[in-house]
Amino acid sequence: MALIKTSLGRRSFLKTSAMAGGGMLIGFSWFASCKTETESTMATLELPEEWYEINGFLKIGENGVVTIMSPNPEIGQNVKTSMPMIVAEELDIDWNNVIVEQAPLNTAVFSRQIAGGSQSIRQGWDGLRMAGGTARHMLKEAAAKTWQVPVEEITTDAGVLYHEASGKSAGYGEMASLAATLEVPEKVELKEVKDFKIIRTSRNNVDGMKIVTGKPLFGLDTYKEGMQIAMIIHPPAFGLKFKSFDDTGVRDMPGIKDIFTIKTYEEGYTMSMFDADAFKELVVITGDSTWEVMKAKKALKVTWEPFESYEDYYTGFGGGDPYPSKVPAGFESTEVHQQRMETMSEKLAKEVRKDGDPEKAFKNAAKVIERSYTAPFLAHNTMEPMNFYADVTDEKATLIGPIQTPEFMEKAVSARIGLPLEKIDIQMTRQGGGFGRRLYGHFVVEAAAISQKVKAPVKLVYTREDDMTFGNYRPSYHAYYRAALDADNNLIGFHVRAGGIPESPLFANRFPAGAIDNYLAESWEMDSNISVGAFRAPRSNFIAGVEQAFLDEVAEAVGKDPIDFRLELLEKAQKDPVGENNDYEADRYAGVLKLVREKSGWDQDSTHHRGVSAYFCHNSYVANVLEMTMDNDTPVIEKVWCAVDCGIVVNPIAASNMVEGGTIDGIGQSMFCGLTFKEGRPEQSNFDRYRMIRHSEAPKELEVAFVQNDIHPTGLGEPPFPPVVGALANALYKATGERHYHQPFVAERKLKS
Amino acid sequence: MSEFKIVINGNTETVNVAEDTPLLWVLRDHLQLTGTKFGCGIAQCGACTVHLEGIPVRSCQIQVGAIGDQKITTIEGLSENGDHPVQKAWLELDVPQCGYCQAGQIMSAAALLKTNPNPTDADIDAAMNGNICRCGTYKRIKAAIKSAAVNS
Repeated sequence: MALIKTSLGRRSFLKTSAMAGGGMLIGFSWFASCKTETESTMATLELPEEWYEINGFLKIGENGVVTIMSPNPEIGQNVKTSMPMIVAEELDIDWNNVIVEQAPLNTAVFSRQIAGGSQSIRQGWDGLRMAGGTARHMLKEAAAKTWQVPVEEITTDAGVLYHEASGKSAGYGEMASLAATLEVPEKVELKEVKDFKIIRTSRNNVDGMKIVTGKPLFGLDTYKEGMQIAMIIHPPAFGLKFKSFDDTGVRDMPGIKDIFTIKTYEEGYTMSMFDADAFKELVVITGDSTWEVMKAKKALKVTWEPFESYEDYYTGFGGGDPYPSKVPAGFESTEVHQQRMETMSEKLAKEVRKDGDPEKAFKNAAKVIERSYTAPFLAHNTMEPMNFYADVTDEKATLIGPIQTPEFMEKAVSARIGLPLEKIDIQMTRQGGGFGRRLYGHFVVEAAAISQKVKAPVKLVYTREDDMTFGNYRPSYHAYYRAALDADNNLIGFHVRAGGIPESPLFANRFPAGAIDNYLAESWEMDSNISVGAFRAPRSNFIAGVEQAFLDEVAEAVGKDPIDFRLELLEKAQKDPVGENNDYEADRYAGVLKLVREKSGWDQDSTHHRGVSAYFCHNSYVANVLEMTMDNDTPVIEKVWCAVDCGIVVNPIAASNMVEGGTIDGIGQSMFCGLTFKEGRPEQSNFDRYRMIRHSEAPKELEVAFVQNDIHPTGLGEPPFPPVVGALANALYKATGERHYHQPFVAERKLKS
Repeated sequence: MSEFKIVINGNTETVNVAEDTPLLWVLRDHLQLTGTKFGCGIAQCGACTVHLEGIPVRSCQIQVGAIGDQKITTIEGLSENGDHPVQKAWLELDVPQCGYCQAGQIMSAAALLKTNPNPTDADIDAAMNGNICRCGTYKRIKAAIKSAAVNS
């Protein structure tokens, strides 16, 4: 066993009841409030008479049933099952005796309560293990005291304490009341990886039964006594702001309560990055029911006017001085964006990394390959549109709904409504998708401001049109690549110049940096008033696919197998790396390529058209082989192999689901999706014109293989998405004989869909 | 506003709403049957799928005034204890990720199996193409439908 000091995040193990000045039994309010909607993982589990709180993460009933709090927002990445599994492992309990509850927002106990960056498991790992491990130790101490034997002689197995010499045994429930009074240990023994009994085994979604039977789980399912429905009207184009509205006849429509405007943030407010918000003043309609408000929304005449350019002030993720972000005036169009990206990128580009002498390499090259790639803005399109419930009074604010950054939005709400943080209770619901959209919680603040104004509980509901045209989109990107080959077809120089509107996708220190002697990476950005934000695997979601497509073209030019070509570069990066700060482990990178080669039978001939790719992001490595056939002019994806190195796989059935889903999402977004603009207006506002991948277009088969190792777990929500875009592009080339440089691919080619 | 009596999951419910109110909002706002989801409002995503006399329909497009005595089944009424073969298959294969679209997927799948107990891949694609899943659970949905077909 590994002896780990509990000082790291030690406050997490303080009893929350003790912090609240309460007694041994559960007296702390949030446990009491949770009790009203106790979620039994196993429908048949009998609830105990008493709960004994061992630490903030868990309480044990006298009958041995254990409640484990799931700390982080659940957006479909399955942390509500996987994070409690880690606690249960170290507690050494039978998973069938576990009830999972969504934890309240309390970062003093649960630390990083964010769904973002594929970091929940990776950054939660140590704390979750120690939460279980300290509790197990306290139970052992309680047994040792009771039986008058040394604690070292106590063992545990699946919720039972044993003392072999005396033959004594007791369930955790019997020792829980004493354990709850003991000191949290200074050090804790954690299991060896080889001894895991829950981690690395498949455990089904703890909310599965509720999902398949349609029980209320999501923010939009919130209904409270006296609640009004609120909807917003925002400017129809980026570059416009509110001027006036004419509510003649609308105020009297059935069920309508009020029509007014709100400013989401007050003048001079310094935003966090998660407050990002394109439209500062919104028209609000409140009423009795959703349909009545929707009808009023259509009937209301609103006048808009162009705004002058301005600056928003932000504080960074880690604090520091506020910095300005320029928002230019004007109406932007996709056509103009495309022209400017082609013509301006060279002028705007700034060097980010240079190794060797790339200028000389290109000058002396026997052959130079150069290609440009583009991708459009993307709307997140979570299936559950943005929404939030708010009940703001003079004394307190209760907010319920889907948000990836509750801690940040609590601060924003506090600033907006003038109540201190401790008077604000943000409750996390299950979320109908996140993908980065719900990192940006302006809608939480809007709901709070509306409730405060109407002095009633409200549920703010966005229509799909609101959701799609008031987004924090994936930026539009452009990348230019150049490769220098010598007379013997050696890759002697590499140049990437990548940028975007308004953010660059470049990762200058990722592969193939470190593998090529003469390397130049440049980056550029172009201001825009179209609001953007993180979208599943930010930046990687573009740069991975185009880099892997470009490398494929270079491999072909030098006459090498595309996997061999990549492995040679990785071998160089491993043995004799170029430059410094290379942001990947070459052997693990090569590992997933070798695994996908083996699993897909790459070295055997196939009648299908095949493409390969590999990428590293969010601390994990993924390689794909994608096989395609053509049915007339329609690409049919026969199979995708995914080889993944994300360290220890906590919950295989959910992890493979995540990889399958990320792969399908990556194919769908690059093949079909795109949000285009004309005079500042999004040209798509619902799924009739915004094309999403559908059942018939998904790969017929998907096979997921995980590299087996004991490395502590790394990201998984995002890493499966980026590389498959490259594998798709490379297979499309084999299938059609033409390279695909512009996403969505279906728009570029004469491909049918 | 008018009074409408509609039969939902075997119960006759009375609601007082405008005639053009979509069934979706009657279910969610007035009857608090929130299992049927709002996704797009224009019959493009399938999240609001219910059965009207056993036929899968998009409840965002069915006006309450047009229902009459036609019987409606929602996800809450698909089975008594969540043990419809499609629900069981969904649980066994751990299909959901975020879970939001799944009630609609399940209602489409259950309707398919009723008329076609042994669907081919092409049958499944045709019946399910109107149901979008942003999480990308399409592969597991297909596998679950096949599993439910065997166990029905």
